[in-house]
Amino acid sequence: MEITPESLEKIAHLARLQVAPQDREKLLESLNKTIAWVDKLSEVDTTGIEPLTHMTHEVNRLRKDKIEQTLTHEQALSQAPDHDADYFRVPKVID
Amino acid sequence: MKTVSEAILSQYELVVGLEVHAQLSAQSKIFAADANRFGDAPNTNVSVITLGHPGTLPMLNEAVVEMAIKMGLACHCEISRYNIFDRKNYFYPDLPKGFQTTQDKTPICKGGYLDVKARKGNSKDYWVKRIRLNRIHLEEDAGKSIHPADADYTLIDLNRAGTPLIEIVTEPDIRQPEEAAAYLAVVRRIVRYLGICDGNMEEGSMRCDANVSVRKKGDTKLGQKVEIKNMNSMRNVQRAIEYEFVRQVQVLESGAKITSETRLFDVNSGRTFAMRTKEELNDYRYFPEPDLAPFVVTDEDLSRIRAAMPELPEQLVEKFQQVYQLPEYDSVVLTDEREMAVYFEQVCALTKHYKAVSNWLMGPVKSYLNETGKTAAEMPLTVRQLADAVELTEQGALSFSVASKELFAALVNQPEAVAEATARRLNLLQESNTDTLLPFIREIVAKFPNEAAAYRKGKKNLLGMFMGEVMKASSVKIDPKKAGELLRQVLES
Repeated sequence: MEITPESLEKIAHLARLQVAPQDREKLLESLNKTIAWVDKLSEVDTTGIEPLTHMTHEVNRLRKDKIEQTLTHEQALSQAPDHDADYFRVPKVID
Repeated sequence: MKTVSEAILSQYELVVGLEVHAQLSAQSKIFAADANRFGDAPNTNVSVITLGHPGTLPMLNEAVVEMAIKMGLACHCEISRYNIFDRKNYFYPDLPKGFQTTQDKTPICKGGYLDVKARKGNSKDYWVKRIRLNRIHLEEDAGKSIHPADADYTLIDLNRAGTPLIEIVTEPDIRQPEEAAAYLAVVRRIVRYLGICDGNMEEGSMRCDANVSVRKKGDTKLGQKVEIKNMNSMRNVQRAIEYEFVRQVQVLESGAKITSETRLFDVNSGRTFAMRTKEELNDYRYFPEPDLAPFVVTDEDLSRIRAAMPELPEQLVEKFQQVYQLPEYDSVVLTDEREMAVYFEQVCALTKHYKAVSNWLMGPVKSYLNETGKTAAEMPLTVRQLADAVELTEQGALSFSVASKELFAALVNQPEAVAEATARRLNLLQESNTDTLLPFIREIVAKFPNEAAAYRKGKKNLLGMFMGEVMKASSVKIDPKKAGELLRQVLES
Protein backbone atom coordinates (compact mmCIF):
# COMPACT_ATOMS: atom_id res chain seq x y z
CA MET A 1 0.00 0.00 0.00
CA GLU A 2 1.25 3.44 -0.87
CA ILE A 3 0.09 6.80 0.39
CA THR A 4 -0.42 9.13 -2.53
CA PRO A 5 -0.93 12.90 -2.36
CA GLU A 6 -4.65 12.18 -2.94
CA SER A 7 -4.95 9.67 -0.12
CA LEU A 8 -3.01 11.99 2.17
CA GLU A 9 -5.55 14.68 1.49
CA LYS A 10 -8.41 12.27 2.14
CA ILE A 11 -6.95 11.04 5.44
CA ALA A 12 -6.32 14.60 6.55
CA HIS A 13 -9.88 15.56 5.71
CA LEU A 14 -11.37 12.58 7.54
CA ALA A 15 -9.29 13.49 10.60
CA ARG A 16 -10.19 17.18 10.18
CA LEU A 17 -6.51 18.11 10.00
CA GLN A 18 -5.19 20.99 7.96
CA VAL A 19 -1.94 20.13 6.22
CA ALA A 20 0.14 23.08 5.11
CA PRO A 21 1.44 22.74 1.51
CA GLN A 22 5.09 22.89 2.61
CA ASP A 23 4.55 19.95 5.00
CA ARG A 24 3.03 17.60 2.44
CA GLU A 25 6.21 16.15 1.04
CA LYS A 26 7.64 15.35 4.48
CA LEU A 27 4.36 13.84 5.69
CA LEU A 28 4.05 11.65 2.62
CA GLU A 29 7.52 10.28 3.12
CA SER A 30 7.03 9.69 6.82
CA LEU A 31 3.62 8.01 6.35
CA ASN A 32 4.95 5.75 3.64
CA LYS A 33 7.88 4.72 5.85
CA THR A 34 5.45 3.82 8.65
CA ILE A 35 3.21 1.87 6.29
CA ALA A 36 6.18 -0.04 4.90
CA TRP A 37 7.32 -0.91 8.41
CA VAL A 38 3.86 -2.15 9.49
CA ASP A 39 3.53 -3.96 6.16
CA LYS A 40 6.17 -6.40 7.44
CA LEU A 41 3.27 -8.03 9.31
CA SER A 42 1.59 -9.02 6.04
CA GLU A 43 4.39 -11.50 5.51
CA VAL A 44 2.93 -13.69 8.29
CA ASP A 45 0.40 -16.24 7.08
CA THR A 46 -2.77 -15.62 9.12
CA THR A 47 -5.04 -18.05 7.28
CA GLY A 48 -7.62 -19.48 9.66
CA ILE A 49 -6.74 -17.15 12.53
CA GLU A 50 -9.56 -15.12 14.06
CA PRO A 51 -8.86 -11.39 14.27
CA LEU A 52 -7.71 -10.26 17.69
CA THR A 53 -10.16 -7.58 18.77
CA HIS A 54 -9.36 -7.27 22.45
CA MET A 55 -6.17 -7.59 24.47
CA THR A 56 -7.78 -9.34 27.44
CA HIS A 57 -9.95 -12.46 27.57
CA GLU A 58 -12.51 -10.75 29.74
CA VAL A 59 -16.12 -11.08 28.53
CA ASN A 60 -19.54 -9.94 29.78
CA ARG A 61 -18.57 -6.81 31.66
CA LEU A 62 -22.14 -5.61 31.98
CA ARG A 63 -23.80 -3.13 34.29
CA LYS A 64 -27.25 -3.21 35.89
CA ASP A 65 -29.79 -0.84 34.36
CA LYS A 66 -29.69 1.72 37.16
CA ILE A 67 -29.71 5.51 36.90
CA GLU A 68 -26.89 7.44 38.53
CA GLN A 69 -26.44 11.17 38.27
CA THR A 70 -22.68 11.62 38.21
CA LEU A 71 -22.39 15.15 36.83
CA THR A 72 -24.31 18.33 37.42
CA HIS A 73 -25.53 20.36 34.49
CA GLU A 74 -23.01 23.09 35.36
CA GLN A 75 -20.10 20.64 35.60
CA ALA A 76 -21.07 19.17 32.25
CA LEU A 77 -20.96 22.52 30.50
CA SER A 78 -17.92 23.86 32.35
CA GLN A 79 -15.30 22.04 30.26
CA ALA A 80 -16.57 23.28 26.92
CA PRO A 81 -14.87 26.16 25.06
CA ASP A 82 -18.27 27.81 24.60
CA HIS A 83 -21.71 27.34 26.10
CA ASP A 84 -24.72 29.26 27.36
CA ALA A 85 -26.85 28.46 30.42
CA ASP A 86 -28.41 25.41 28.75
CA TYR A 87 -26.44 24.32 25.73
CA PHE A 88 -23.00 23.67 24.34
CA ARG A 89 -22.23 26.13 21.56
CA VAL A 90 -20.33 25.11 18.49
CA PRO A 91 -19.54 26.90 15.22
CA LYS A 92 -22.58 26.86 12.97
CA VAL A 93 -23.13 23.46 11.37
CA ILE A 94 -24.73 23.26 7.97
CA ASP A 95 -26.08 19.87 6.98
CA MET B 1 -42.85 17.30 -12.26
CA LYS B 2 -44.11 15.79 -15.48
CA THR B 3 -46.47 12.90 -15.15
CA VAL B 4 -45.86 9.44 -16.50
CA SER B 5 -48.64 7.21 -17.67
CA GLU B 6 -49.90 4.23 -15.75
CA ALA B 7 -48.81 2.10 -18.66
CA ILE B 8 -45.20 3.21 -18.26
CA LEU B 9 -45.30 2.91 -14.46
CA SER B 10 -46.63 -0.62 -14.75
CA GLN B 11 -43.47 -1.65 -16.62
CA TYR B 12 -41.41 -0.89 -13.53
CA GLU B 13 -41.01 -2.65 -10.22
CA LEU B 14 -40.50 -0.89 -6.91
CA VAL B 15 -37.81 -2.28 -4.59
CA VAL B 16 -37.58 -1.03 -1.00
CA GLY B 17 -35.61 -1.93 2.08
CA LEU B 18 -36.24 -0.25 5.43
CA GLU B 19 -33.99 0.67 8.33
CA VAL B 20 -35.86 1.23 11.57
CA HIS B 21 -34.21 2.75 14.62
CA ALA B 22 -36.06 2.04 17.86
CA GLN B 23 -35.04 3.75 21.11
CA LEU B 24 -34.99 1.15 23.86
CA SER B 25 -36.91 2.07 26.99
CA ALA B 26 -34.15 1.22 29.46
CA GLN B 27 -33.85 3.35 32.60
CA SER B 28 -30.26 4.34 31.84
CA LYS B 29 -28.18 4.74 28.70
CA ILE B 30 -26.51 2.01 26.72
CA PHE B 31 -22.95 2.57 28.02
CA ALA B 32 -23.44 4.93 30.98
CA ALA B 33 -25.68 5.35 34.03
CA ASP B 34 -27.21 8.71 33.11
CA ALA B 35 -31.00 8.73 32.80
CA ASN B 36 -32.45 7.72 29.45
CA ARG B 37 -35.34 10.16 29.55
CA PHE B 38 -37.09 12.34 26.97
CA GLY B 39 -38.14 15.90 27.69
CA ASP B 40 -35.75 16.91 30.50
CA ALA B 41 -33.88 20.25 30.56
CA PRO B 42 -30.98 20.21 28.05
CA ASN B 43 -27.65 18.68 29.08
CA THR B 44 -28.87 17.39 32.42
CA ASN B 45 -28.77 13.64 31.68
CA VAL B 46 -25.09 13.46 30.83
CA SER B 47 -21.94 11.91 32.26
CA VAL B 48 -18.26 12.02 31.35
CA ILE B 49 -18.83 8.89 29.22
CA THR B 50 -21.70 10.47 27.29
CA LEU B 51 -19.69 13.65 26.84
CA GLY B 52 -16.78 11.67 25.44
CA HIS B 53 -14.20 12.95 27.89
CA PRO B 54 -10.77 11.40 27.42
CA GLY B 55 -9.91 8.39 29.52
CA THR B 56 -13.48 7.38 30.34
CA LEU B 57 -14.64 3.81 29.84
CA PRO B 58 -18.09 2.76 28.66
CA MET B 59 -19.84 -0.24 30.22
CA LEU B 60 -22.71 -2.07 28.53
CA ASN B 61 -26.20 -2.00 30.08
CA GLU B 62 -27.39 -5.61 30.50
CA ALA B 63 -31.05 -4.62 30.03
CA VAL B 64 -30.54 -3.41 26.47
CA VAL B 65 -28.96 -6.72 25.49
CA GLU B 66 -32.07 -8.55 26.71
CA MET B 67 -34.35 -6.14 24.88
CA ALA B 68 -32.48 -6.63 21.61
CA ILE B 69 -32.58 -10.41 22.03
CA LYS B 70 -36.34 -10.29 22.70
CA MET B 71 -36.83 -8.39 19.47
CA GLY B 72 -34.68 -10.90 17.63
CA LEU B 73 -36.62 -13.85 18.99
CA ALA B 74 -39.91 -12.15 18.08
CA CYS B 75 -38.61 -11.67 14.52
CA HIS B 76 -37.40 -15.26 14.09
CA CYS B 77 -33.73 -14.19 14.00
CA GLU B 78 -30.63 -16.13 14.85
CA ILE B 79 -29.01 -14.65 17.97
CA SER B 80 -25.25 -14.04 17.81
CA ARG B 81 -23.48 -15.86 20.62
CA TYR B 82 -20.28 -13.79 20.52
CA ASN B 83 -20.72 -10.05 20.25
CA ILE B 84 -18.39 -7.11 19.96
CA PHE B 85 -19.00 -3.45 19.26
CA ASP B 86 -17.36 -1.37 16.56
CA ARG B 87 -16.51 2.27 16.13
CA LYS B 88 -18.11 4.09 13.23
CA ASN B 89 -15.93 7.15 12.76
CA TYR B 90 -17.28 10.50 11.65
CA PHE B 91 -17.29 14.05 12.90
CA TYR B 92 -20.44 15.78 13.92
CA PRO B 93 -20.86 18.03 16.97
CA ASP B 94 -23.75 16.01 18.41
CA LEU B 95 -21.46 12.95 18.46
CA PRO B 96 -18.94 13.98 21.10
CA LYS B 97 -16.57 11.01 20.84
CA GLY B 98 -16.00 11.43 17.10
CA PHE B 99 -17.40 7.93 16.54
CA GLN B 100 -20.66 6.13 17.07
CA THR B 101 -20.43 2.89 19.01
CA THR B 102 -22.37 0.32 17.01
CA GLN B 103 -22.24 -3.32 15.94
CA ASP B 104 -20.81 -3.79 12.48
CA LYS B 105 -19.29 -7.28 12.31
CA THR B 106 -21.45 -9.07 14.88
CA PRO B 107 -25.03 -7.79 14.86
CA ILE B 108 -26.79 -9.31 17.87
CA CYS B 109 -29.57 -10.70 15.62
CA LYS B 110 -29.10 -12.13 12.15
CA GLY B 111 -31.65 -13.04 9.50
CA GLY B 112 -35.26 -13.51 10.53
CA TYR B 113 -38.49 -12.28 8.97
CA LEU B 114 -41.86 -10.70 9.64
CA ASP B 115 -45.10 -11.55 7.86
CA VAL B 116 -47.22 -8.49 7.19
CA LYS B 117 -50.73 -7.99 5.90
CA ALA B 118 -50.93 -5.13 3.42
CA ARG B 119 -54.01 -3.68 1.78
CA LYS B 120 -54.88 -1.00 -0.76
CA GLY B 121 -56.65 1.92 0.93
CA ASN B 122 -59.53 0.76 3.11
CA SER B 123 -60.05 -2.44 1.17
CA LYS B 124 -61.09 -5.51 3.15
CA ASP B 125 -58.88 -7.66 0.97
CA TYR B 126 -55.28 -8.00 1.99
CA TRP B 127 -52.21 -9.84 0.85
CA VAL B 128 -49.62 -11.42 3.11
CA LYS B 129 -46.00 -10.53 2.46
CA ARG B 130 -42.99 -12.07 4.12
CA ILE B 131 -40.30 -9.44 4.66
CA ARG B 132 -36.92 -10.90 5.50
CA LEU B 133 -34.65 -9.14 7.95
CA ASN B 134 -30.98 -8.73 7.28
CA ARG B 135 -30.02 -7.94 10.86
CA ILE B 136 -30.81 -6.17 14.12
CA HIS B 137 -27.91 -4.51 15.89
CA LEU B 138 -27.32 -2.46 19.02
CA GLU B 139 -25.97 1.07 18.89
CA GLU B 140 -26.10 4.45 20.58
CA ASP B 141 -28.13 7.49 19.56
CA ALA B 142 -26.51 10.88 18.95
CA GLY B 143 -27.35 14.16 20.68
CA LYS B 144 -29.48 16.92 19.20
CA SER B 145 -28.35 19.99 17.27
CA ILE B 146 -30.42 23.13 17.26
CA HIS B 147 -29.73 25.74 14.61
CA PRO B 148 -31.15 29.10 15.76
CA ALA B 149 -32.06 31.29 12.80
CA ASP B 150 -29.58 34.11 12.10
CA ALA B 151 -27.09 32.84 14.69
CA ASP B 152 -23.52 32.04 13.76
CA TYR B 153 -23.49 29.09 16.16
CA THR B 154 -25.25 25.78 16.68
CA LEU B 155 -26.57 24.62 20.06
CA ILE B 156 -25.95 21.09 21.26
CA ASP B 157 -28.05 19.08 23.72
CA LEU B 158 -26.46 15.77 24.65
CA ASN B 159 -29.32 14.29 26.71
CA ARG B 160 -30.15 11.95 23.84
CA ALA B 161 -26.52 10.96 23.24
CA GLY B 162 -26.00 7.39 24.35
CA THR B 163 -29.69 6.48 24.24
CA PRO B 164 -29.83 2.75 23.50
CA LEU B 165 -31.05 1.92 20.00
CA ILE B 166 -31.71 -1.16 17.98
CA GLU B 167 -31.50 -0.78 14.24
CA ILE B 168 -33.68 -3.26 12.39
CA VAL B 169 -32.63 -3.69 8.76
CA THR B 170 -34.76 -5.50 6.19
CA GLU B 171 -33.73 -7.14 2.96
CA PRO B 172 -34.95 -5.25 -0.15
CA ASP B 173 -38.15 -7.34 -0.16
CA ILE B 174 -40.78 -4.61 -0.19
CA ARG B 175 -42.54 -4.20 -3.55
CA GLN B 176 -45.51 -1.97 -2.67
CA PRO B 177 -45.66 1.25 -0.59
CA GLU B 178 -48.46 -0.33 1.47
CA GLU B 179 -46.15 -3.16 2.48
CA ALA B 180 -43.76 -0.64 4.01
CA ALA B 181 -46.53 0.91 6.11
CA ALA B 182 -47.83 -2.53 7.12
CA TYR B 183 -44.32 -3.62 8.09
CA LEU B 184 -43.88 -0.57 10.32
CA ALA B 185 -47.22 -1.27 11.98
CA VAL B 186 -46.08 -4.82 12.75
CA VAL B 187 -42.72 -3.66 14.11
CA ARG B 188 -44.40 -1.05 16.27
CA ARG B 189 -46.90 -3.56 17.62
CA ILE B 190 -44.10 -5.99 18.53
CA VAL B 191 -41.88 -3.43 20.30
CA ARG B 192 -44.92 -2.29 22.27
CA TYR B 193 -45.91 -5.85 23.19
CA LEU B 194 -42.37 -6.53 24.31
CA GLY B 195 -42.31 -3.25 26.24
CA ILE B 196 -38.93 -2.32 24.76
CA CYS B 197 -39.91 0.91 22.94
CA ASP B 198 -43.02 3.09 22.88
CA GLY B 199 -43.01 3.05 19.09
CA ASN B 200 -43.88 6.73 18.81
CA MET B 201 -42.80 7.87 15.33
CA GLU B 202 -43.97 11.47 15.80
CA GLU B 203 -41.69 11.89 18.82
CA GLY B 204 -38.85 10.05 17.12
CA SER B 205 -38.60 7.09 19.47
CA MET B 206 -39.09 4.98 16.37
CA ARG B 207 -37.56 6.31 13.14
CA CYS B 208 -37.49 4.93 9.64
CA ASP B 209 -35.21 5.41 6.65
CA ALA B 210 -36.14 3.88 3.30
CA ASN B 211 -33.79 2.66 0.58
CA VAL B 212 -35.78 2.95 -2.62
CA SER B 213 -34.92 1.82 -6.13
CA VAL B 214 -36.82 0.84 -9.26
CA ARG B 215 -36.10 -1.58 -12.09
CA LYS B 216 -37.83 -2.86 -15.19
CA LYS B 217 -40.07 -5.79 -14.35
CA GLY B 218 -38.20 -9.01 -14.97
CA ASP B 219 -34.78 -7.48 -14.30
CA THR B 220 -32.83 -9.35 -11.65
CA LYS B 221 -30.25 -6.66 -10.99
CA LEU B 222 -31.20 -4.01 -8.44
CA GLY B 223 -31.43 -0.42 -9.61
CA GLN B 224 -29.42 2.45 -8.10
CA LYS B 225 -30.89 3.11 -4.65
CA VAL B 226 -31.74 6.40 -3.03
CA GLU B 227 -32.01 6.81 0.73
CA ILE B 228 -34.99 8.73 2.06
CA LYS B 229 -35.07 10.23 5.53
CA ASN B 230 -37.26 12.47 7.60
CA MET B 231 -40.52 10.52 7.54
CA ASN B 232 -42.16 10.76 10.92
CA SER B 233 -45.21 8.56 10.47
CA MET B 234 -46.17 5.32 8.78
CA ARG B 235 -48.40 7.25 6.44
CA ASN B 236 -45.51 9.51 5.43
CA VAL B 237 -43.22 6.57 4.77
CA GLN B 238 -45.85 5.24 2.38
CA ARG B 239 -46.32 8.66 0.73
CA ALA B 240 -42.58 9.19 0.33
CA ILE B 241 -42.15 5.80 -1.33
CA GLU B 242 -45.14 6.41 -3.63
CA TYR B 243 -43.63 9.72 -4.70
CA GLU B 244 -40.12 8.37 -5.08
CA PHE B 245 -41.26 5.47 -7.28
CA VAL B 246 -42.83 7.85 -9.80
CA ARG B 247 -39.87 10.24 -9.63
CA GLN B 248 -37.30 7.54 -10.34
CA VAL B 249 -39.33 6.12 -13.22
CA GLN B 250 -39.50 9.61 -14.72
CA VAL B 251 -35.76 10.10 -14.38
CA LEU B 252 -35.09 6.78 -16.11
CA GLU B 253 -37.70 7.39 -18.80
CA SER B 254 -36.08 10.73 -19.61
CA GLY B 255 -32.88 8.83 -20.31
CA ALA B 256 -31.04 10.05 -17.22
CA LYS B 257 -29.49 8.03 -14.42
CA ILE B 258 -30.53 7.84 -10.77
CA THR B 259 -28.05 9.70 -8.55
CA SER B 260 -26.87 7.96 -5.41
CA GLU B 261 -27.99 10.42 -2.77
CA THR B 262 -29.92 11.03 0.42
CA ARG B 263 -33.27 12.72 -0.02
CA LEU B 264 -35.55 14.28 2.56
CA PHE B 265 -39.32 13.94 2.55
CA ASP B 266 -41.31 17.14 2.81
CA VAL B 267 -44.59 16.50 4.61
CA ASN B 268 -46.38 19.52 3.17
CA SER B 269 -45.66 19.02 -0.51
CA GLY B 270 -45.50 15.23 -0.29
CA ARG B 271 -42.24 15.32 -2.29
CA THR B 272 -38.71 14.22 -1.67
CA PHE B 273 -35.79 16.52 -2.35
CA ALA B 274 -32.05 16.01 -2.40
CA MET B 275 -30.00 16.93 0.65
CA ARG B 276 -26.93 19.01 -0.02
CA THR B 277 -24.64 16.40 -1.52
CA LYS B 278 -21.53 15.72 0.46
CA GLU B 279 -18.42 16.26 -1.58
CA GLU B 280 -16.53 13.33 -0.10
CA LEU B 281 -17.69 9.75 0.10
CA ASN B 282 -18.56 8.49 3.53
CA ASP B 283 -15.71 6.47 4.91
CA TYR B 284 -16.55 5.35 8.41
CA ARG B 285 -13.39 3.29 8.96
CA TYR B 286 -15.11 0.78 11.22
CA PHE B 287 -12.91 -1.03 13.67
CA PRO B 288 -13.56 -3.10 16.83
CA GLU B 289 -14.21 -1.03 19.95
CA PRO B 290 -11.41 -2.04 22.34
CA ASP B 291 -12.96 -0.33 25.37
CA LEU B 292 -15.98 -2.64 25.56
CA ALA B 293 -15.44 -6.27 26.49
CA PRO B 294 -17.08 -8.77 24.15
CA PHE B 295 -20.31 -10.28 25.45
CA VAL B 296 -21.43 -13.84 25.09
CA VAL B 297 -25.02 -15.09 24.90
CA THR B 298 -25.58 -18.61 26.22
CA ASP B 299 -28.38 -21.16 25.72
CA GLU B 300 -29.45 -20.47 29.31
CA ASP B 301 -29.73 -16.74 28.57
CA LEU B 302 -31.91 -17.48 25.57
CA SER B 303 -34.25 -19.85 27.46
CA ARG B 304 -34.59 -17.40 30.32
CA ILE B 305 -35.34 -14.47 27.99
CA ARG B 306 -37.73 -16.52 25.88
CA ALA B 307 -39.62 -17.66 28.98
CA ALA B 308 -40.08 -14.05 30.09
CA MET B 309 -41.57 -12.95 26.76
CA PRO B 310 -45.29 -12.27 26.46
CA GLU B 311 -47.40 -13.97 23.81
CA LEU B 312 -47.06 -11.97 20.62
CA PRO B 313 -49.84 -10.61 18.41
CA GLU B 314 -49.15 -13.19 15.71
CA GLN B 315 -49.70 -16.04 18.19
CA LEU B 316 -52.65 -14.33 19.87
CA VAL B 317 -54.51 -13.86 16.57
CA GLU B 318 -54.30 -17.64 16.11
CA LYS B 319 -55.21 -18.35 19.71
CA PHE B 320 -58.22 -16.03 19.71
CA GLN B 321 -59.62 -17.87 16.71
CA GLN B 322 -58.85 -21.35 18.04
CA VAL B 323 -59.55 -21.04 21.77
CA TYR B 324 -62.23 -18.34 21.80
CA GLN B 325 -63.71 -19.10 18.37
CA LEU B 326 -63.55 -15.44 17.35
CA PRO B 327 -63.63 -14.39 13.69
CA GLU B 328 -60.24 -13.36 12.27
CA TYR B 329 -61.36 -9.73 12.14
CA ASP B 330 -62.12 -9.63 15.88
CA SER B 331 -58.85 -11.39 16.67
CA VAL B 332 -56.83 -8.82 14.76
CA VAL B 333 -58.62 -5.85 16.33
CA LEU B 334 -58.40 -7.19 19.88
CA THR B 335 -54.69 -7.99 19.63
CA ASP B 336 -53.65 -4.63 18.20
CA GLU B 337 -52.76 -3.42 21.67
CA ARG B 338 -51.43 -5.83 24.26
CA GLU B 339 -53.48 -4.31 27.08
CA MET B 340 -56.66 -4.98 25.11
CA ALA B 341 -55.70 -8.60 24.44
CA VAL B 342 -54.79 -9.22 28.08
CA TYR B 343 -58.05 -7.61 29.23
CA PHE B 344 -60.07 -9.74 26.82
CA GLU B 345 -58.52 -12.91 28.19
CA GLN B 346 -59.11 -11.81 31.77
CA VAL B 347 -62.81 -11.21 31.08
CA CYS B 348 -63.04 -14.55 29.28
CA ALA B 349 -61.78 -16.26 32.43
CA LEU B 350 -65.03 -15.10 34.08
CA THR B 351 -67.56 -15.70 31.31
CA LYS B 352 -67.81 -18.18 28.47
CA HIS B 353 -69.62 -15.77 26.12
CA TYR B 354 -66.41 -14.95 24.25
CA LYS B 355 -67.96 -13.45 21.15
CA ALA B 356 -70.19 -11.26 23.32
CA VAL B 357 -67.10 -10.00 25.18
CA SER B 358 -65.50 -9.23 21.83
CA ASN B 359 -68.61 -7.31 20.73
CA TRP B 360 -68.51 -5.25 23.91
CA LEU B 361 -64.84 -4.43 23.46
CA MET B 362 -65.06 -3.61 19.76
CA GLY B 363 -68.31 -1.66 20.26
CA PRO B 364 -68.98 0.49 23.33
CA VAL B 365 -65.56 0.08 24.96
CA LYS B 366 -63.52 1.01 21.87
CA SER B 367 -65.85 3.92 21.07
CA TYR B 368 -65.39 5.17 24.61
CA LEU B 369 -61.59 4.92 24.35
CA ASN B 370 -61.61 6.70 21.00
CA GLU B 371 -63.90 9.48 22.18
CA THR B 372 -61.94 10.12 25.35
CA GLY B 373 -58.55 9.71 23.69
CA LYS B 374 -57.57 6.98 26.14
CA THR B 375 -55.55 3.85 25.51
CA ALA B 376 -56.39 0.25 26.31
CA ALA B 377 -54.27 0.63 29.44
CA GLU B 378 -57.06 2.86 30.82
CA MET B 379 -60.08 0.57 30.54
CA PRO B 380 -63.29 2.24 31.72
CA LEU B 381 -64.74 -0.95 33.28
CA THR B 382 -63.13 -3.48 35.59
CA VAL B 383 -62.75 -7.02 34.30
CA ARG B 384 -65.48 -8.18 36.69
CA GLN B 385 -67.89 -5.41 35.64
CA LEU B 386 -67.59 -6.27 31.97
CA ALA B 387 -67.92 -10.00 32.64
CA ASP B 388 -71.07 -9.34 34.71
CA ALA B 389 -72.52 -7.00 32.08
CA VAL B 390 -71.95 -9.67 29.41
CA GLU B 391 -73.55 -12.36 31.59
CA LEU B 392 -76.60 -10.19 32.38
CA THR B 393 -77.11 -9.37 28.71
CA GLU B 394 -76.63 -12.94 27.55
CA GLN B 395 -79.15 -14.16 30.16
CA GLY B 396 -81.62 -11.63 28.78
CA ALA B 397 -81.77 -9.70 32.06
CA LEU B 398 -81.29 -6.57 29.98
CA SER B 399 -80.96 -5.84 26.30
CA PHE B 400 -77.57 -5.18 24.71
CA SER B 401 -78.65 -1.74 23.60
CA VAL B 402 -79.74 -0.72 27.12
CA ALA B 403 -76.70 -2.37 28.67
CA SER B 404 -74.17 -0.84 26.29
CA LYS B 405 -75.61 2.63 26.73
CA GLU B 406 -77.17 3.11 30.14
CA LEU B 407 -75.47 0.43 32.22
CA PHE B 408 -72.10 1.10 30.56
CA ALA B 409 -72.38 4.84 31.22
CA ALA B 410 -73.24 4.18 34.87
CA LEU B 411 -70.26 1.87 35.36
CA VAL B 412 -67.61 3.95 33.57
CA ASN B 413 -64.78 4.79 35.97
CA GLN B 414 -66.83 3.51 38.94
CA PRO B 415 -64.72 0.47 39.80
CA GLU B 416 -66.66 -0.10 43.05
CA ALA B 417 -70.04 -0.35 41.32
CA VAL B 418 -71.52 -3.83 40.87
CA ALA B 419 -73.11 -4.34 37.47
CA GLU B 420 -76.28 -6.13 38.58
CA ALA B 421 -77.00 -3.83 41.53
CA THR B 422 -76.43 -0.80 39.30
CA ALA B 423 -78.80 -2.17 36.65
CA ARG B 424 -81.42 -2.80 39.32
CA ARG B 425 -81.01 0.64 40.84
CA LEU B 426 -81.47 2.24 37.42
CA ASN B 427 -84.45 -0.02 36.77
CA LEU B 428 -82.85 -1.48 33.65
CA LEU B 429 -83.46 -5.16 34.43
CA GLN B 430 -86.15 -7.01 32.58
CA GLU B 431 -87.81 -10.32 33.38
CA SER B 432 -87.01 -13.04 30.89
CA ASN B 433 -87.37 -16.19 32.98
CA THR B 434 -89.84 -18.66 31.38
CA ASP B 435 -91.00 -20.07 34.70
CA THR B 436 -91.94 -16.62 35.94
CA LEU B 437 -93.34 -15.26 32.68
CA LEU B 438 -95.39 -18.25 31.48
CA PRO B 439 -98.06 -18.34 34.26
CA PHE B 440 -98.34 -14.57 34.10
CA ILE B 441 -98.90 -14.60 30.35
CA ARG B 442 -101.45 -17.43 30.64
CA GLU B 443 -103.33 -15.28 33.18
CA ILE B 444 -103.51 -12.34 30.78
CA VAL B 445 -104.58 -14.47 27.82
CA ALA B 446 -107.33 -16.01 29.99
CA LYS B 447 -108.79 -12.52 30.53
CA PHE B 448 -109.48 -12.18 26.78
CA PRO B 449 -111.09 -15.44 25.65
CA ASN B 450 -112.80 -13.88 22.61
CA GLU B 451 -109.65 -12.29 21.28
CA ALA B 452 -107.71 -15.48 21.91
CA ALA B 453 -110.24 -17.42 19.86
CA ALA B 454 -110.09 -14.81 17.06
CA TYR B 455 -106.30 -15.06 17.04
CA ARG B 456 -106.48 -18.83 16.69
CA LYS B 457 -108.87 -18.38 13.76
CA GLY B 458 -106.29 -16.27 11.99
CA LYS B 459 -106.43 -12.71 13.31
CA LYS B 460 -102.69 -12.77 13.94
CA ASN B 461 -102.41 -9.04 14.31
CA LEU B 462 -104.09 -9.34 17.70
CA LEU B 463 -100.68 -10.35 18.99
CA GLY B 464 -99.79 -6.69 19.38
CA MET B 465 -102.81 -6.12 21.59
CA PHE B 466 -101.82 -9.06 23.80
CA MET B 467 -98.26 -7.79 24.02
CA GLY B 468 -99.51 -4.40 25.12
CA GLU B 469 -101.66 -5.97 27.84
CA VAL B 470 -98.77 -8.11 29.07
CA MET B 471 -96.43 -5.16 29.28
CA LYS B 472 -99.03 -2.96 30.94
CA ALA B 473 -100.02 -5.54 33.57
CA SER B 474 -96.46 -6.32 34.66
CA SER B 475 -94.95 -4.53 37.63
CA VAL B 476 -91.42 -5.17 36.31
CA LYS B 477 -89.86 -4.72 32.87
CA ILE B 478 -90.26 -7.71 30.66
CA ASP B 479 -87.89 -8.92 27.97
CA PRO B 480 -90.07 -8.19 24.90
CA LYS B 481 -88.41 -10.82 22.77
CA LYS B 482 -88.99 -13.57 25.31
CA ALA B 483 -92.54 -12.35 26.05
CA GLY B 484 -93.44 -12.43 22.35
CA GLU B 485 -92.16 -15.96 22.05
CA LEU B 486 -94.11 -17.21 25.06
CA LEU B 487 -97.25 -15.33 24.06
CA ARG B 488 -97.29 -16.99 20.67
CA GLN B 489 -96.72 -20.34 22.33
CA VAL B 490 -99.68 -19.84 24.71
CA LEU B 491 -102.01 -18.53 21.99
CA GLU B 492 -101.21 -21.28 19.59
CA SER B 493 -101.43 -24.15 22.06
